[in-house]
Amino acid sequence: MKFDSFSAFIDMGGYGFYVWLSYGVTTALLLILILGSMTRHKQVIKNIAQRKQREDKLRQVRKQRKKQDKQSKSTLSEEVTE
Amino acid sequence: MWKWLHPYANPEVSYHFTGKLLPWLCALAALFLSIGLIWALAFAPADYQQGDSFRIFYIHVPAASLSMGIYFGMAIAAFTSLVWQFKLADASAAAMAPVGATFTAIALITGAAWGKPMWGTWWIWDARLTSELILLFLYLGVIALHNAFEDKNLAGKAAGILTLVGVINLPIIKYSVEWWNTLHQGSTVSKLGKPSMSVDMLWPFLFCFLGFILLVSVIICIRFRSEILARNSIRPWVRSLVSEQLTQEKTNEI
Repeated sequence: MKFDSFSAFIDMGGYGFYVWLSYGVTTALLLILILGSMTRHKQVIKNIAQRKQREDKLRQVRKQRKKQDKQSKSTLSEEVTE
Repeated sequence: MWKWLHPYANPEVSYHFTGKLLPWLCALAALFLSIGLIWALAFAPADYQQGDSFRIFYIHVPAASLSMGIYFGMAIAAFTSLVWQFKLADASAAAMAPVGATFTAIALITGAAWGKPMWGTWWIWDARLTSELILLFLYLGVIALHNAFEDKNLAGKAAGILTLVGVINLPIIKYSVEWWNTLHQGSTVSKLGKPSMSVDMLWPFLFCFLGFILLVSVIICIRFRSEILARNSIRPWVRSLVSEQLTQEKTNEI
């Protein structure tokens, strides 16, 4: 250990403000970057999942419509033949 | 070599490969950074002229050289994507830009905090500082271009051209202290031959440097993986992977 006491460690030979400013800003910026990257990864996954759900719903609706169309057509044709 | 490298050009393979690499990189980065920073802050000797303000050196120099190193890596990625239409290279370039910008900002801010007690000023428009500031603006331009287009291929092309034009700034930063009269001191570490740095300062520096390199690769890995997912969102493997992860999260919540 190069310093005699904790207060000497904080004081950094009179340069405490500048040293701790540098180390603090560095830690803060890196934390923001790391946490931002992690939340972004989760957000990307969520977005893809949402889009997939939307597309699945659309596909189902289309299928149902096709079925209904076929049914209504067949009933129509029945009516006509009657 | 191409035979060996070829499978890694597949987005799915590189996604899983980086996923396996990440925990190891994280552990190593945490180990080296904690050893290096504690050593630098508490155990390394003070400089005979600069006193304890010299401890800023242990983050300023790694951050500054990484800001240039990341830019160089981004330029290589941009070049391969422009010449060989290699889409993963675009994803990696997009992943590197924010990391490089952050390290440039760290280099500038720690430099200012070191300059105030040593030179008596936070900022001066001298060659080294100004060219490093231009590097920050180049990074911001590249990030903006990557986000400016809906079509990611087009965005990659535009950002790649800016990246390659900006490479001219790297030698300017590197040699600015030799070409112009500047307040910034010359290179401390890389003067090989005669050791210009005492060994008990060199070791903590090397630990910090390696730790920062590992941390950079961790962050680039994370961002690279999200870029891969976002760019391949229609592919079946991404779809199945996403639904798997979401069901896992839901079971975890319950």
